[in-house]
Amino acid sequence: MTELNTAMVEQYRNSFLQEVEANVEEGEWVKMCMQCGVCAGSCPLGNAWEHPPQEIFMMIRAGKREAVLSSDSMWMCTSCYNCIARCPRGLPITHIMHGLAHYAQRLGLVPKNQPTQKFAQKFWQNLNKKGRVNELKLGLSLYFMNGFGEGVKTSLKMKDIGLGMLKTKRMAVNEAFGGHGVKDLSGFQKIMKKAHELEDARIQKSGN
Amino acid sequence: MAKKEYSFYPGCSSQQGASSSNMQKSVETMCEELDVKINQIPDWNCCAASIGYGGGGELPRLTLSARNIALSEQHNTGQDIVATCAACWLATREAAERFHEDDGLMAETNQALAEAGLKLRNETPIRHMVEVLIEDIGYETIGGKVQRPLEGLKIAGYVGCQTNRPFGIAGESFENPMYLDKLVETLGADPVQNYDKKVQCCGGALAFSEPEKSQDMIKTIIESAYDSSADLIVTPCPVCQMNVEIYQDQINQRHNTKFKMPVVYYSQLMDVAFGRSAKDSALDQQVIKAGKLEEIANK
Amino acid sequence: MADEKKFAGYICTGCGIGERLDAGQLETIATRDGKMQSCKQHEMLCSQEGVKMIRDDIANEGVTHIMIAACSRRAKVEAFNFTDVAMSRANLREGVIWVRPDSDENRETTQEMADDYIRMAAAEVKFMIQPSGSREQELNKQILVVGGGITGMTAALESAAAGYPVHIVEKNAALGGHAAGYYKSIPTRSPYADPQDTGVKQMIADIEANDGITVHLNSMVAKTEGAPGRFNVEIATESGSSQSVSFGAIIQATGFKLYDPSALPQYAYDKSADIVTNEELEGLVMQAGGGPVKRPSDGKEVKSVAFVQNVGQNSTEENQLPYHSGIGDMIAIKQAMYFKELNGDCDTTILFDNLRTPGAAGEDFYRAGQQKMITFSKGAVTEVVPGSTLEVKFKDLILNDDATMQCDLVVLDVGMMPNTGPDPYAQLAVEEAEDEAEKEKARALLENAPPSILNLDYRQGTDLPHLKYGFTDSHFICFPYETRRTGIYAAGPTRRPMDMRQAADDAAGAAMKAIQAAENAGKGRAAHPRSGDLSFPSFRKEGCTQCKRCTVECPFGAINEDEKSYPMFNEARCRRCGTCMGACPVRVISFENYSVDTVGQQIKNVEVPEEWDEKPRILVLACENDAYPALDQAAMNGVEITQWARVIPIRCLGSISLSWVTDSLNNGYDGIVLMGCQKGDDYQCHFVKGSEMGLERMSKVGDTLQTLNLEPERVASYEVAITDIQRAPKLINDMAETVEKIGMSPFKF
Repeated sequence: MTELNTAMVEQYRNSFLQEVEANVEEGEWVKMCMQCGVCAGSCPLGNAWEHPPQEIFMMIRAGKREAVLSSDSMWMCTSCYNCIARCPRGLPITHIMHGLAHYAQRLGLVPKNQPTQKFAQKFWQNLNKKGRVNELKLGLSLYFMNGFGEGVKTSLKMKDIGLGMLKTKRMAVNEAFGGHGVKDLSGFQKIMKKAHELEDARIQKSGN
Repeated sequence: MAKKEYSFYPGCSSQQGASSSNMQKSVETMCEELDVKINQIPDWNCCAASIGYGGGGELPRLTLSARNIALSEQHNTGQDIVATCAACWLATREAAERFHEDDGLMAETNQALAEAGLKLRNETPIRHMVEVLIEDIGYETIGGKVQRPLEGLKIAGYVGCQTNRPFGIAGESFENPMYLDKLVETLGADPVQNYDKKVQCCGGALAFSEPEKSQDMIKTIIESAYDSSADLIVTPCPVCQMNVEIYQDQINQRHNTKFKMPVVYYSQLMDVAFGRSAKDSALDQQVIKAGKLEEIANK
Repeated sequence: MADEKKFAGYICTGCGIGERLDAGQLETIATRDGKMQSCKQHEMLCSQEGVKMIRDDIANEGVTHIMIAACSRRAKVEAFNFTDVAMSRANLREGVIWVRPDSDENRETTQEMADDYIRMAAAEVKFMIQPSGSREQELNKQILVVGGGITGMTAALESAAAGYPVHIVEKNAALGGHAAGYYKSIPTRSPYADPQDTGVKQMIADIEANDGITVHLNSMVAKTEGAPGRFNVEIATESGSSQSVSFGAIIQATGFKLYDPSALPQYAYDKSADIVTNEELEGLVMQAGGGPVKRPSDGKEVKSVAFVQNVGQNSTEENQLPYHSGIGDMIAIKQAMYFKELNGDCDTTILFDNLRTPGAAGEDFYRAGQQKMITFSKGAVTEVVPGSTLEVKFKDLILNDDATMQCDLVVLDVGMMPNTGPDPYAQLAVEEAEDEAEKEKARALLENAPPSILNLDYRQGTDLPHLKYGFTDSHFICFPYETRRTGIYAAGPTRRPMDMRQAADDAAGAAMKAIQAAENAGKGRAAHPRSGDLSFPSFRKEGCTQCKRCTVECPFGAINEDEKSYPMFNEARCRRCGTCMGACPVRVISFENYSVDTVGQQIKNVEVPEEWDEKPRILVLACENDAYPALDQAAMNGVEITQWARVIPIRCLGSISLSWVTDSLNNGYDGIVLMGCQKGDDYQCHFVKGSEMGLERMSKVGDTLQTLNLEPERVASYEVAITDIQRAPKLINDMAETVEKIGMSPFKF
């Protein structure tokens, strides 16, 4: 989606903050951050963030578009909601981080081989195929996401875990063939197609 | 007691042969005992959980939940939606709230639902099974059902993240929710006081994509339970249960520890206390056997 | 009746006094040692019945002096309110039974304590005279307000509304002050989201329509003499005419001026017309007349503006303000909102270090600013580069980056400086300088002093004394509007930096105090903190050596000097602290109800046992404002105080006469503990300088001890706060330990 990226750069030349407000889920909250840093201190993976949330908010206001959208940081969110629970300003930080991550992906700016981004994408594809997640296929596709050789290594490493799950009937081999899904799959897919269309149109419009 | 009925949203991992099918089994047993009827939302779909955002985007992601609510409103009219999975509950409730706040989004999701002849009214309360237990049934009734008090068990109540934040159970604090401990006490067991890692994140979906970072956190959850001499950990959340239970061998290898801490669901504790068998309580589906609990179940 | 003195004692046996003490013995002491002509007991003296008994004696028996032995003089003041007789109180409850354990081995010493307090109270009342009140002035309800800005106008409207006529003296040609030039003000009402009308026009209209307010424009105060209730003020106009008006009280509301940023080259203030102060910006916005704000250099509509906060404030550098005005960030938010309102899509950035938006209203206003898309950047500005587009270089303190922004206009947040007259003690410093170099320094300070505002015809200078940084001296928390010139109240930014809402609150407070002062003066009573006290100082002229200690040391400038340097007391200016009395080396100054004798006789009438009795005596002189209440509190909390202590409340440490110390040492007391309030810039002394003067005086007590060949540890002075409930008793008990260590005084007879 580099075309969209270019369009957005054109449109919001001066204000990355406005771009975020228009296109990022809950982005209109970014301006309300008061830089206290409670979010950073509350994040269970805080140390793994190159730019903790309050810094990301500041970077957005300072117009550091490239640095924000190509950052690895938002992908460190485990969705634990600690930051939301503690933010004295009531910012929905978790959602903003999700929104920024998604927007970066939409614009094609995510760093290469970001594992969570890959997993998230595979999860989304997996659930959209049949309307429900197929854990076995999701797991397998994940092991092989970095190529076949890596995948074999990973699945070997994960072998014992898989066996444990199989033995306790919390993983089923037959899920590899067909497996669970919604009955009205065509209805489901129509709905999702429409939802995607509507969302794409909204963002396309903001870029023009 | 009049039979209570709810529109039930089990979620993908509760399905047969999936990672929290043990939870499903034990919840079914629990509901039998409590005279609660759970009616599955017909043809429910995935909620996108907390990791769906990457591919999904706001409207498609929320529309998944819109479809579930719409189906429930159509087929299980008038019944509260109840979920057992933290992510399912959170995603559905979050969607419902967002649609309440944002008329534009509501209109768009209905436009999408119309493609399959569905309509979201968004008038249904979205509840967690724990809320049903506390608010509709009550500790007293639960206590009254106990036939085999879980005496001598010391249990660390691990609440985790998404059952606790951002919504949480009404009347509980984000930093130190007490309901699991109260439940443990009601069932005759001994709750770990001030369990340090009660609301610590286990990594959630990042257990797959960032295994080392996640396992470092899981390690602290288990360590803290051992430090408090817990016999087992109890949790309401399927992701917590799985993450904390199944990676113990890997953690042992990496950190040279000897973890073998059973992790069970609150529903499993209740089933055993209510006098049901280990199998009905899905104890046979533990990767790490909950030995002491099984002993009580087999008494 | 006044000629014939009749002394009566009353002993209360309630609250456990009767159980713990031998009341019969107390009665005997009162009549035998204390020479009370009658003494009665009552089981609950503060009851209606008990009070009636005393009243009846005053009415029927001609009793003129009463000694009440019951609880602390701070308790039951409403019940024991006998304004027609002289009264002393022996503190048997808080002073004796509550601080001593109820046990057999302590019974004897507890009784001895009580006996002494009876002797002391009897001796005290014998030297008291029923105060008659000052008759130097009558009620004058007229209030003078100096300054016609927000503060002055509010003070005038408030006073007038309370029925007290006002004169406003304003040096400019119009009322309104700074605020008249402001586009809008910081909001004072919920939801605190938008700047609001300043209200200045309405206030001016209200003043013009008010018959109770007389306005003198283009005018100054040429001379102020007199005292509360009888201030005579000469109001002079620019044109040279003048008139004399008398007032009951005065409010100084002379406001502020702004710091000049030209002293700081990094901001290039004088290098570009487009770099303005926050006050100058108000002018630009007013000029725009509701249209977009244009920049001064070329009239271009402003499209981006940077607010540089904290310019020359809160700094340790020379030529900068050492304090922060505290409201500059609220002003910046308000002014940034101007641009959002008037200049369409204007970028507004506030470069702050610490954003100060105090209070719930401040927080709401800040949030409203964020909602309006004002960009808040935590950044330290290093340089403003002039040019057709201005460049602001700053260090982004969150991202730890050097950053630059371009803008059309830069607004500098400069701090407020008080508009006060010269510090009177700068004048005194010149007069009292000990050598030529010091004199030179003091003279330089004096020469750079601003012109006088009040032109007080006082022995101690022309204007209100300063505390720090040129602001008038008043106690920030306890008595904010009180100055060190009784009956003259300071309000608004002349007192400390503040915004318009605070200034208006301040003005209302000062107006109430001014009204109170006028009323008190009319009744011949003291103002804060001894409000209601009818006594006033007088002196025995024949004993006076014209040494001027009293006129110099009076913290309130109450005493002028006549041509022969004899003190001239202005009764209504006096706060009744007694600092003059303590300062007088020849002990000629006294109050009717407080004198060298009323305390000295208490000291003398304590029974000092022989050395071999091993019963030391420790004299405690405790300030009635903080130390004495702290001891009362300690008693209520059951904190023990040594049985050897005899506590005498005093008005202020400043009132301590050195003779009390020497007399008590000569009489065989073993230790002396003096307790006053905290001194210094963060003083807690209710008489501002009293405790400092007292402590200074007591620092020389060492000489006395040396002459008597006594250990210096026997006299200890402390600063005690009202909250020192544990510490105050401990200080007394420590002295008991010291005495035990160094032994009894050799001066016992």
